[in-house]
Amino acid sequence: MARIDLDQIAHSYMGHPDPGEPAHWALQEMQHVWEDGGAYALLGPSGCGKTTLLNVISGLLQPTRGRVLFDGQDVTALPPQQRNIAQVFQFPVIYDTMTVADNLAFPLKNRKFDRDYVRRRAQEVAEMLELDQDMGRRAEQLTADAKQKISLGRGLVRSDVAAILFDEPLTVIDPQMKWQLRRKLKQIHEASELTLVYVTHDQNEALTFADKVVVMYEGQVVQVGTPQELFETPSHTFVGYFIGSPGMNLLDCALERGEAVVDGARVGLTEAAATRAHNATGKLQLGIRPEFVRFDPQGREGHPVKVEAVDDLGNYQILTVRLGGNTLKVKMPEDSEPPGDEGTVSFPAEWTKLYADGRLVG
Amino acid sequence: MEKWPDHKAWLLVAPVALVVCFSAIIPLMTVVNYSLQDALGGSYFFVGTEWFEKMLSDPDLHGALQRQFVFSFTALLIEMPLGVAIALALPTRGWQVSLCLVLLALPLLIPWNVVGTIWQIFGRGDIGLAGWAINGLGIDYNYTADPTDAWLTVMVMEVWHWTPLVALLAYAGLRAIPDAYYQAARIDGASAWAVFRYIQLPKMRGVLTIALLLRFMDSFKIYTEAFVLTGGGPGSSTTFLSQSLTRMAVGQFDLGPAAAFSIIYFLIILVFCWLFYTALENMGKGASK
Repeated sequence: MARIDLDQIAHSYMGHPDPGEPAHWALQEMQHVWEDGGAYALLGPSGCGKTTLLNVISGLLQPTRGRVLFDGQDVTALPPQQRNIAQVFQFPVIYDTMTVADNLAFPLKNRKFDRDYVRRRAQEVAEMLELDQDMGRRAEQLTADAKQKISLGRGLVRSDVAAILFDEPLTVIDPQMKWQLRRKLKQIHEASELTLVYVTHDQNEALTFADKVVVMYEGQVVQVGTPQELFETPSHTFVGYFIGSPGMNLLDCALERGEAVVDGARVGLTEAAATRAHNATGKLQLGIRPEFVRFDPQGREGHPVKVEAVDDLGNYQILTVRLGGNTLKVKMPEDSEPPGDEGTVSFPAEWTKLYADGRLVG
Repeated sequence: MEKWPDHKAWLLVAPVALVVCFSAIIPLMTVVNYSLQDALGGSYFFVGTEWFEKMLSDPDLHGALQRQFVFSFTALLIEMPLGVAIALALPTRGWQVSLCLVLLALPLLIPWNVVGTIWQIFGRGDIGLAGWAINGLGIDYNYTADPTDAWLTVMVMEVWHWTPLVALLAYAGLRAIPDAYYQAARIDGASAWAVFRYIQLPKMRGVLTIALLLRFMDSFKIYTEAFVLTGGGPGSSTTFLSQSLTRMAVGQFDLGPAAAFSIIYFLIILVFCWLFYTALENMGKGASK
């Protein structure tokens, strides 16, 4: 258990200390702290650098620049064996010829722990993951689910680790089991107060597992926050778009006297946002979540729109409406009246965000 | 109503069956036929198991069989570990890979009788580089006169010729192991030996089984290289099974005994391949408590 600091970490696979262009960096320079005992989800699309970041933390990769600190101690130069960290991979890695028990004991045996302790610990982990029935069987003979549980188990068996890193560990597990295992991990976290970093590209997985979600995009950490913060105040358009279903509406806009103008429609901002936005430069976008857009089928307030499509998703409806040259998604509450072809939309100022070049300004 | 089975499928198998008949079954049955009969001046008569009994008690065959086993097992004991060791030492990326693989494959590209000729000249004390150098070191070496030297030369030639095959197969097996295994091993704090023992070796089991079977069969049938190099001598020190057989069948035209010999030979290879295969297959299973 430890606090992990990433101090000005940057990584490039080009093998050059300064590859220049941002596109050549797999990880842009970042400063980040993983607090001791936190349950983190590292969320982002494929290829955004999640696995690279994880490998830098575990020591499988030496970062091109920067330092990795475990509890203030510089471990950048240490190989994973000496870092005291556990990592679980996307696809099950098991030692085919060993029994399940030997697989679970392997990380401890290699570190020369007392034999009784090793056996006891392997048994505990096996019970936790419901593998205790299979302890004497060869790992090779088990199903993919069970194999991945063995991989998880090898990560969990060491109780002294600084953190356990999970790299999309439930990809190969079927949905029912996924749910169970995720809850199990969460329980284990609550019981052990281990630092867990859980990489995923599935927002539901991230939001249900983690206390804090770290969102990555193109090699950068764009936001760190609780699921609620990510939902209510995305600090980057990517976060707004990636989290939530459907994602945030993003409309090109201009600023005029403290208001945003979208295709001639004037949208009010909060005073604070308007002040901060005053100095904003670059491409301006207005963002609002489909949940917060108010649609009025009677057309009493706001801007007139045309309804283009209605998707009924069981307990709620998603409207696609056209406002000038833009299309918007609107999530309708459960008991709302059925929409006609036309109506008006309005944007509550407190949920209306303004982004300049993708970054939140107000 | 009972449905008659449709026999049309046999028609589709027929061409293959015909080819297999002419390529394997008929020649093999001819050998069986010879092994049970005596041919005297164009007339044949049935002799039962006489040739088999004769062959099984034939001291020449016993000698050749013994030499053959010692030779094949020694070759396997050297080639398998050496091939794996070479595969482990080969580079994994960059231009060096192609270079090493091509160099490694060179002996495999040389026709067998040329391999024999190469070593025949290479080992000569007067003009051969190896023979001359060894003698130059003060070691008395002459493969044409000394049985031990002859045997060792044949063995070195066999190892030189065929270890690359084992190495290439093992290398292919190694390259097929996903990176995650090595990464997990590093995280688990595994030693280099543990990585070899618990990851690389189990993952190479399939290719090593193939390598073992191929090398056993081929070394057990060794003929051309050894024949060109030593002609089976000095004495009969490097006369292996196939040479005895050829001498009997082609040299002396003893068709009956030679046929019986062939069948025994064939059965030995079959039995050993089966033994190796089952042993290696079971090594992967069954060991659970």
